[in-house]
Amino acid sequence: MRKILFALLMATSVPALAQERIAITGGKIITNNGAPIEGGTVLLNDGVVIGVSPGVSVPAGFTQVDATGKWVTPGVIAGLSQIGTAEIAGNSSTNDLSARRSPGTAALDLDVALNPAETSIPVTRQEGVTAAIVGPAPGRTLFAGQGFVLSLGEGVTAPLRSRAFQYVSYGERGSELAGGSRPAAWNELTNALEEAQRSMRGRKGERDLSQDPRLTPEDAEALTLVLRSAQPLLVRVDRASDIRQVLKLPRMYPGLRLVLVSANEGWLVADEIARAGVPVITLGMQNRPENFEYLGATMSNVGRMAAAGVKVALGTPDLDASFQPRNLPHYAGNMVAQARLPGGVGLTWDQAFASITKTPAEIFGLAGQGVLKQGARADVVIWSGDPLELSTQTEKVFIRGVPQNLESRQTRLARRYLPGRDRTQLPEAYTR
Amino acid sequence: MRIVAVGLLAGLLAGCATTSGPKPVAASAPPPAALQGGSPEAEGEVKSTYHAWPGVPTVVSNVTIYDGKGGRIDGGAVRFEKGKVTAIGASVPTDGATVIDGTGKWVTPGIIDIHSHLGDYPAPGVPAHSDGNEVTSPVRPEVWAIHSVWPQDPNFSRALAGGVTVLHVLPGSANLFGGRGVTLKNVYGRTAQDMMMPDAPWTLKMACGENPKRVYGSRNQMPGTRMGNVAMMRQTWANARDYQQRMKAAKGPQKRDLQMETLAGVLDGKILVQNHCYRADEMANVIQLSKEFGYKVTAFHHAVEGYKIADLLRDNGICAAMWADWWGFKLESYDGIEENLPFFHASGGCAITHSDDADGIQRLNQETAKALSDGRKWGLQIRDEEAWTWIAINPAKALGIADKVGSLEPGKQADVVLWNGNPLSVYSRPEKVWIDGALMYDSNDPKRRPVSDFELGQPGEGDRK
Repeated sequence: MRKILFALLMATSVPALAQERIAITGGKIITNNGAPIEGGTVLLNDGVVIGVSPGVSVPAGFTQVDATGKWVTPGVIAGLSQIGTAEIAGNSSTNDLSARRSPGTAALDLDVALNPAETSIPVTRQEGVTAAIVGPAPGRTLFAGQGFVLSLGEGVTAPLRSRAFQYVSYGERGSELAGGSRPAAWNELTNALEEAQRSMRGRKGERDLSQDPRLTPEDAEALTLVLRSAQPLLVRVDRASDIRQVLKLPRMYPGLRLVLVSANEGWLVADEIARAGVPVITLGMQNRPENFEYLGATMSNVGRMAAAGVKVALGTPDLDASFQPRNLPHYAGNMVAQARLPGGVGLTWDQAFASITKTPAEIFGLAGQGVLKQGARADVVIWSGDPLELSTQTEKVFIRGVPQNLESRQTRLARRYLPGRDRTQLPEAYTR
Repeated sequence: MRIVAVGLLAGLLAGCATTSGPKPVAASAPPPAALQGGSPEAEGEVKSTYHAWPGVPTVVSNVTIYDGKGGRIDGGAVRFEKGKVTAIGASVPTDGATVIDGTGKWVTPGIIDIHSHLGDYPAPGVPAHSDGNEVTSPVRPEVWAIHSVWPQDPNFSRALAGGVTVLHVLPGSANLFGGRGVTLKNVYGRTAQDMMMPDAPWTLKMACGENPKRVYGSRNQMPGTRMGNVAMMRQTWANARDYQQRMKAAKGPQKRDLQMETLAGVLDGKILVQNHCYRADEMANVIQLSKEFGYKVTAFHHAVEGYKIADLLRDNGICAAMWADWWGFKLESYDGIEENLPFFHASGGCAITHSDDADGIQRLNQETAKALSDGRKWGLQIRDEEAWTWIAINPAKALGIADKVGSLEPGKQADVVLWNGNPLSVYSRPEKVWIDGALMYDSNDPKRRPVSDFELGQPGEGDRK
């Protein structure tokens, strides 16, 4: 156990890149901490925001970055993603999200898979995503294991926070993995938590293997983190009745901090989720009855949950080309559009932007992230315009105050194959 | 144009001049004559029962119009009646028409999605609904997507709310020859035939690359490699050429071969090839073999590496239907870039934004807007109304229906979308959608929002936006 706590303490890493003192001036500043500031100044020093103020003022020793006419915001935080752990989804040798044949389940640490060289990191960073919650997918049982928090900064080699949460699939997928039914899934889930409780009390000998022969002692020990509030339990669940069932968990285990993932029928039980004080991380874009567990899917789901008082962050729970974390600002924009449709319920712009910045930071307790204020982490993006709009591009990205290279393998390919390029002298393979 | 492409083998094809006009044969063409020794005409056996629903003469005025073929009118107006566009311009006659003031709004032709599996992979996506791939042989040109289309798919309503008025439903890509695709009007009916767009040509879905070789190679069957893919395509086309010539020479009724009938229809230029292909080198292989056997690829679908060979596709008159930014989900999509659509367009190619996805089809305007922005990042000068061609006239051309839909012009079918703002903005949505002049969706009127049988009585019924 001490080993785990030590890992939690040591998991933050600071990239060894040159820190600059930077004054971003003239932009429209979205602070997520009060009204926007038009034409203000954001000061970055030593990886931290040291000031956000109206008007333009550049202290001595600061490099001025002119953002006149631009928007300046905290970096986007993907509420859930798979960045850095699956280079090519369909190519199993590069996809570490799940382990169908592993004896371990809850004990698996996804951060072992983190590949800082993965091309999706710069591809996502160049669109203004500066941090991401990274989660596994279930393999052999409904326990998928532990995910981490990633900074997308250049030179980052370790998670911002390891073992940041435990991830469980309930509902249809969980039922299938537990043996074929919801009762089996519930049984497996609660048995494991009971086992963890026994493990926590140091009474491992009492374990009844006949109850769940698939839980290893290491898995049970990993789950003690959930019971001791050392990490939240993320439960993927969609059907309203399944959500109600899962909401029993915090009542059964007082230390358990529950977060719902997906919750596509959350709007049907929004008051109950709100009363339980349970936050939700969801794509927000699922409006089709693609599974029987969310026949009630609607684009108003996020808006209705938020209106009921539920804290909702956006993320991409699945590795899916249709919905990529780099497009989260657009999904937030769609939540705003939904509010403008007759009968639709969506988010205000402020709520929508918070759902991809401040709210995920709050859910995971990432102090000083997702906001621009004195003392905040200097993850800052300068956008050509409204960051939720499709025509907007990022112009500069700072992570811990360090200006980031916005090139990626994709921009390299684009440059190599620019329309109108000269093909008379050498093949494209000679263009770098 | 299609016939020009088979010029290489013009001598061998000389006998089929009467059946190989550039315009596709209408679905109502009489089959008996064709069955007499010539190329069989199974087309007539699946007939559209689509009809337009009632509409009223309508004028939408004071709007910004993207006309679908690259033009734009600010403060313009469009008039339609009896299912057809009758006038478009700065002002149009308003006599006898319901006039809608569109101040601050936009009008476009209905969006056309050239690559969809709605109906043949309907929601819910359970095994009982998996009807898109006849994975029993890599050569299945005899199957027709129309026969898998479930007209109660809830997804049609979502696509409609996204402004999609015409969609092309294709078999999947597990097979080299996947079967015939069908073009639908996005209007719920009781049967799939109720949705079939009248007089739209049939298409043939083909696929190269990882999917066929994986599906069959894993069963220790051919094809197990890319070269196996090509060899099998060539042998199949060779068989089709034999068949075609035998049928032309034959006297009296012949035993029918449904596989060969579809392929002969392609060789005759009546069935349009829609070819799933990701990599540049594979598209080049397919172009070569199409010339060898005398057919034309109308469009490459996905074409994730289209940007690398935009000139090759342009020079061969082949469109590319692409995603805005899908990449990296399998190795053959690893070189996907966000600039594929704008680069292809800027190279003079016929670029199409497609979905291949029940989510993406709802936001083809947004996919187009994203890609447009990514092109402009590199300094490409592409106007908004020009980019709209990617989801309007360009897919219409590649489906052989550009004489009917794909732009707002007098005489064309009145598939019209009124948007509540700039349709290239994330904040805009269709306010009204007309199909053949009938109001089929109205965001202000819950009675003009369809609910499929499946969703009736389910949680959230009618909650569809």
